[in-house]
Amino acid sequence: MIAAPLLIRNARLVDPLASEPRDASLLAIDGRIAAINPAETPADAITVDAQGMLLAPGIVDFGVFAAEPRACRFGGITRVALMPDGAHPLDQPGLIERAAKAGKPDLWIHPLAAATRALEGQTLAETGLMQAAGARGVATGRTRVADAGVMARVLAYAGGLGLVTVTHAEDEGLTRGAVATTSEMAFRLGLPSAPAMAEAMAVARDIALVEVTGAPLHFRQLTTAAAFDLVRAAKRRGLPVTCGITPAHLLLNDVALGEWRTFARLSPPLRGEDDRQAALAALADGTIDVLCSAHDPRGPEDKRLPFADAAPGMAGAETLLALGLGLVHDGTISLTRLFALLAANPARLLGVEAGTLAVGAEADLILVDPDTPWQIDTRRMSARAGNTPFDGLPVQGRVRSVWKGGRRID
Amino acid sequence: MTSSPRPLDPRTPNGHAAFPHRHLLGLAGLQPWELSFLLDEAERWVDQARDDAGRSLLAGLTIINAFFENSTRTLLSFEIAGKRLGADVVNMAVAQSSVKKGETLIDTAMTLNAMRADAIVIRHASSGAVALIADKVDCPVLNAGDGLHEHPTQGLLDALTIRRRKGRIDGLTVAICGDIRHSRVARSNMIGLATLGAKVRVAGPPTLVPREAEALGADRFTRVEDALDGADVVMMLRLQSERMDGAMIPSPREFHALYGLTAERLALAKPDALVMHPGPMNRGVEIDSAIADDPERSAITEQVAMGVAVRMACLDVLTRQRRGVEGWA
Repeated sequence: MIAAPLLIRNARLVDPLASEPRDASLLAIDGRIAAINPAETPADAITVDAQGMLLAPGIVDFGVFAAEPRACRFGGITRVALMPDGAHPLDQPGLIERAAKAGKPDLWIHPLAAATRALEGQTLAETGLMQAAGARGVATGRTRVADAGVMARVLAYAGGLGLVTVTHAEDEGLTRGAVATTSEMAFRLGLPSAPAMAEAMAVARDIALVEVTGAPLHFRQLTTAAAFDLVRAAKRRGLPVTCGITPAHLLLNDVALGEWRTFARLSPPLRGEDDRQAALAALADGTIDVLCSAHDPRGPEDKRLPFADAAPGMAGAETLLALGLGLVHDGTISLTRLFALLAANPARLLGVEAGTLAVGAEADLILVDPDTPWQIDTRRMSARAGNTPFDGLPVQGRVRSVWKGGRRID
Repeated sequence: MTSSPRPLDPRTPNGHAAFPHRHLLGLAGLQPWELSFLLDEAERWVDQARDDAGRSLLAGLTIINAFFENSTRTLLSFEIAGKRLGADVVNMAVAQSSVKKGETLIDTAMTLNAMRADAIVIRHASSGAVALIADKVDCPVLNAGDGLHEHPTQGLLDALTIRRRKGRIDGLTVAICGDIRHSRVARSNMIGLATLGAKVRVAGPPTLVPREAEALGADRFTRVEDALDGADVVMMLRLQSERMDGAMIPSPREFHALYGLTAERLALAKPDALVMHPGPMNRGVEIDSAIADDPERSAITEQVAMGVAVRMACLDVLTRQRRGVEGWA
């Protein structure tokens, strides 16, 4: 499906590779960005007047548990990296191939291959065959690989294929049975908890394994001061270590668990205020590479339960951009940095030519009105379930148009 | 005790203002005068448990005891309390296994609500489960213990026992010893007694006494001797058998040797220190039989008696609005 040439003029371009947004027009031909401020435009081009709104690369949402085109369209997400967890873990080439095709043409799904068979943390899955079938990385799933020897082999093998390994960072011994971070709040609510240090313990082990193997490693979500210190130091040593975070861990602390609100039951759990502040600092100073939704819609059967019995996870695809723009509005990060976190960096991890407004990149584009106010409403979300811990929050910024490969998505 | 009219002091309000809460889900958040009010009300029933006024107070009302977790003592105590007040009491024992999935719990709440009970007493193995159900029903809900969270009537009955024996709570030093981490009784007592002005100490092996207890105003000790030093009240908690065999402590006999309440350890407390235990006791583990059975020191059977009085008071107070009691309707 070849799209007609597309000219978007009168736009404010937000290119993660540039230092600042700039007013310009953008021409896309054959699904790729052909020129910025083109000297001439093909006669058959569709012309769009952006009316000064933001034109940015489509969001690459790194590490979702469900790929939902409607929710992604609302949120300005044009590609997702899909976690291998599911009723049947993505541990075979056939499953990868099917998952990779499921969203096209509106949403491109880049499956992350299960690092081990059935995600059991024991034996290597057929990583190379899954790569050939469309996998763009390997992932350990909702938990880490407990056995350090297995993890070392996962890293080395995937690294050899040029694939990033994506891991969860919690020491399973400390966190077994826990549903919250050890804190006054967890104690008051009577919730089984684990110390926040369980995260840094896992990060320290895996950074050591990166030193041993030299293979790239991405921590899907880091949330604690101690873990950011470790990643900061590893990056300074030049190790190929990256990390991500969700808006929830930047904007909420464990006080959100009050009254046992199960929409605030996340994995990793919400942390104390000191760790939240450390996360904001790590976002500002470049320690954090990726801002992701961890989209995981959960219906009442998983959430209308006592807190400890409820499943962790939140629906985040629709709120990722607006919450990210909030961090721009309040001065934590710049607009170009936001789109480095949302698009350029995750695209680079996946090795796809997207996430920027560079000439030659895929014309995955979103037009954003950064100021339009709206209110997050759990009942009005397009995701399969509206389990957001931000219900009722007023936010600013709305996606007006989305193009995938130069073709408009309605 | 409460026969004289209260002065118009904002700290001792009358009528509905004395206890302006629909449910009793925990002692956290209650004001000192609200706790004192419930204790005063309970005091009435200690002496007049069988008088005729009480026998018909809740006549025509239906109280459902919905226990999603096994209980003998608390269930019996609530049942007797309701019956002494003349209510129709229905016990619904729900095996935890059959009600594990979520919608079932909400569905059960809806079912209970449709029965049009006038009060529901709930025990559940998960923290917050009682609040979840309370949110879905139209009648008052009493928490009879939810997970590791709270057991408010136990906290009240312990406070009443202490107040009757010691004449006050304010300024007393209370040492709570044993498995603090997994104890809803400990949480309700720490909160309730601290609200009423007691100095609360918690003590036990570090694996069972989390540092977060200090955030609730308690002083934390890992040597039980230090906690007992000069204490007015010594409260021993039950150690669950599944935590004794190496999971949290090495063995029951080691626990007894290091943390159990023996005559030698009790000698460190004040000479007239009161010994309490929420029951059922593991004799020879957390407490020596000789101490438990010493009528001079032990208030353990008195606690059980106070339990009925406290539960009568809570059922009375929480149903006043729907009974149209003057000042409450």
